[in-house]
Amino acid sequence: MSNSESGTHISYLEYKGKYKGILSWLLSTDHKRIALLYFYTITVFFFIAVILGELMRMELIAPGQTIMGPQTYNGLFTIHGVIMIFVIVIPALPAIFGNFFLPILIGAKDVAFPRLNLFSYYLFLIGAILGVLSQFAGNGPPDTGWTFYVPYSAQSSTNVIFALSAAFVLGFSSILTGLNFIVTIHRMRAPGMGWFRMPLFPWSLYATAWIQVLATPIIGITLLMVIAERVLNIGFFDPALGGDPVLFQHLFWIYSHPAVYIMVLPAMGIVTEIFPTFSQKPVFGYTAILFSSLAIAFVGYFVWGHHMFTAGISYGSRWFFSFLTFIVAVPSAIKVFNWISTMYGGSIDLKPPLLYAISFIFLFMIGGFTGLTLGALAANIQVHDTAFVVAHFHYIIFGGMGFATFAGIHYWYPKMFGRMYNNNIAYIAWGFNFIGFNLLYFPQFVIGIQGMPRRYFDYLPQFQTGEVISTIGGFILLIGLVLMVFNLVRSNKHGAVAPANPWHGVTLEWQIPSPPPHENFDEIPEIKTRPYLFGSSTKDKSE
Amino acid sequence: MSGQDNYIEQQDRETGKLGMWIFLFTELFLFGGLFLVYAVFRAKYSADFHAAAAELNALIGTLNTVFLLTSSMTVAMSLTAMQKNNRNLALFLVFVTLLLAALFMMNKYFEWSHKFHFKLYPGSEVLKNLPHGELLFFGLYYMMTGLHALHVLVGMVLLSINMVKIKTGRVNKMHYLLLENSALYWHLVDLIWIFIFPLLYLIT
Amino acid sequence: MKQEEAHVSSYFSHAVVLVFLLTLTTISVLATGWHLGALTVAAALVIASIKASTVITYFMHMKFESLFLKLVITGVFVLYVLVILITFIDYLLR
Repeated sequence: MSNSESGTHISYLEYKGKYKGILSWLLSTDHKRIALLYFYTITVFFFIAVILGELMRMELIAPGQTIMGPQTYNGLFTIHGVIMIFVIVIPALPAIFGNFFLPILIGAKDVAFPRLNLFSYYLFLIGAILGVLSQFAGNGPPDTGWTFYVPYSAQSSTNVIFALSAAFVLGFSSILTGLNFIVTIHRMRAPGMGWFRMPLFPWSLYATAWIQVLATPIIGITLLMVIAERVLNIGFFDPALGGDPVLFQHLFWIYSHPAVYIMVLPAMGIVTEIFPTFSQKPVFGYTAILFSSLAIAFVGYFVWGHHMFTAGISYGSRWFFSFLTFIVAVPSAIKVFNWISTMYGGSIDLKPPLLYAISFIFLFMIGGFTGLTLGALAANIQVHDTAFVVAHFHYIIFGGMGFATFAGIHYWYPKMFGRMYNNNIAYIAWGFNFIGFNLLYFPQFVIGIQGMPRRYFDYLPQFQTGEVISTIGGFILLIGLVLMVFNLVRSNKHGAVAPANPWHGVTLEWQIPSPPPHENFDEIPEIKTRPYLFGSSTKDKSE
Repeated sequence: MSGQDNYIEQQDRETGKLGMWIFLFTELFLFGGLFLVYAVFRAKYSADFHAAAAELNALIGTLNTVFLLTSSMTVAMSLTAMQKNNRNLALFLVFVTLLLAALFMMNKYFEWSHKFHFKLYPGSEVLKNLPHGELLFFGLYYMMTGLHALHVLVGMVLLSINMVKIKTGRVNKMHYLLLENSALYWHLVDLIWIFIFPLLYLIT
Repeated sequence: MKQEEAHVSSYFSHAVVLVFLLTLTTISVLATGWHLGALTVAAALVIASIKASTVITYFMHMKFESLFLKLVITGVFVLYVLVILITFIDYLLR
């Protein structure tokens, strides 16, 4: 395997294949180019959704109507949620870092089904466009919330079907990506890479892929049922026809709860790669982390009712779901212990990836603990449908998965683009992100407990202080995000040329040039040891 | 064909087959959502379901079951024929499978038009005046058999493509992954019907 | 390079399976005439499950596939049944 600079290899960015010009990107089946297609599309949609969020924050800076009326506000939180959930956080990590690095980390030249991979991207794009169209087609932006609860989603005169179709198509894209990854991991690991020699990011993608494949179809059929309600009056969820609206909630959350594990498992996988590299020490508890990923994926199927504690489900049901919710927290806690233990006694290099990874632990834990508050039956009654929930899920998804994504971007940027970004700007951006994030969301816990409902454009004056701090935080965060992206975009042309292994990592991606050549490896490597062995020339030592 | 090519072809086939199986699992869960709705409403409205099912023609349902089960056999046999290099037999068996599928769809067409004739479709006045459980039964009937029929059509397209490729030799004794995967898909169509049939037609 | 020939099922075995499936179908149609009361659904599902596993095992070749695939398909059905049962914790105890 070559450690040469990209000069002696044609990088995947320059590679000339069957197509020329823009088509060589739009029709490429190279997993690395597809990853970048997703990366750029997702970044654009992320900023659209951020702006939508900022508009909501502007409205909420004062009680009463500030810049928009209630209908507009309802449309905003709906599309903000639909984009963030279905276009950003569910697809992003598998589609960007999974696509780019899964084959490389297991010593393969591409995924099992490269053309299916490209098809997944186009499904994703079509779904995203359908979501955009929902805003502009005849009857006004959907106002149901991204959760599409019946009966309102069956009755609202707005463009609900566009949004439902968008989610359906995006779900199909997710399924195909998951399918591709399962087969890739089963069939394309390099010689010598037994299951327990596979690094932990691929393991997290494996657990995630099973959720993508088995849970997503349920929301597919559920969305079809809502369309059938709207178009055919099918009656499953309509009490006037004998149906049960709570049945929708069951079906919806049977997918949407496991979906949050699609979001967070790869995020945990990413930080699991970062901690050993920046501690120059093997992962502590490889096996525990591995099995905890599988445990989270499995147990995560059985907790969905914790979104429904106040919906009228049976006491036995509430008891069951609360109990399982507490159980599912345990494997996550195990991971936190393992990450900290990985760093303990290590040679810590607090580069931006590690800084974001540590922030991930802090923010994820706040999100996780408040999840337990929500999971406790009695406490749930107080905080359900309040700003407390909004804060909880933003801490977990944005603070958790989001910051882990930023960590991953900063970790793998040199490899993907062959350049180093400016560390100082990265640190400053981190500061704005971290402070802005906490100012934005922490007050929401407080006013939520005090009674501030979610999805309300107006509120009682006593909540204003919290809302103002929150809005200020939102704009500080925006500065951080823009600065972060500016740093990365600018460094693509102006950054220092990156070496193959700027962080002294030991997984396979650091053994190939930055950026990688078209087929990743000159020769498929043969794996002789378990992963995360630090020390000189680790790849030739047997343990 | 060298031993090396054989090995690669076999590896590619195992990979492709695994992909297809995983896709089939997603289809199971897709229909699974509908079966869950069925279970909930059957439990709640068992008498209404019983009454509404009387509107379904168990004879046609049984005939359709026989068609699909037989078509599963013929497509499985076509794979055997392909593996034994009997191209003409494979072609014939895929054709018979297609024929049985067409018969199934024809029956479905008659069933549905018969019900439309009596205004028994979602959103109709007749349905609205039925007891709730019966209305829901029909909703489930249309959605389950409708989604299933869509999959039958997709299966028929796959089988037709196979016929063309067998004829041109693109699918042959060495390269038959397309036929094998299409057969798996077809068996799934059969599997779903195996459950739909007793749950909708035989609860009288 | 080890060449494992894919298993080829015989025409005869497929025909036998079909006869078995048609027999079970006949039984389940006839069973509608029997008064099983609360067991009607269970009986229908048991027979359908036997038919389904037969199709999977023989027509779909699961019998000759890897242990992994056998475990996964079992796991898929178990997961599905668990989801239904858990949903019924709500509906039965309301």
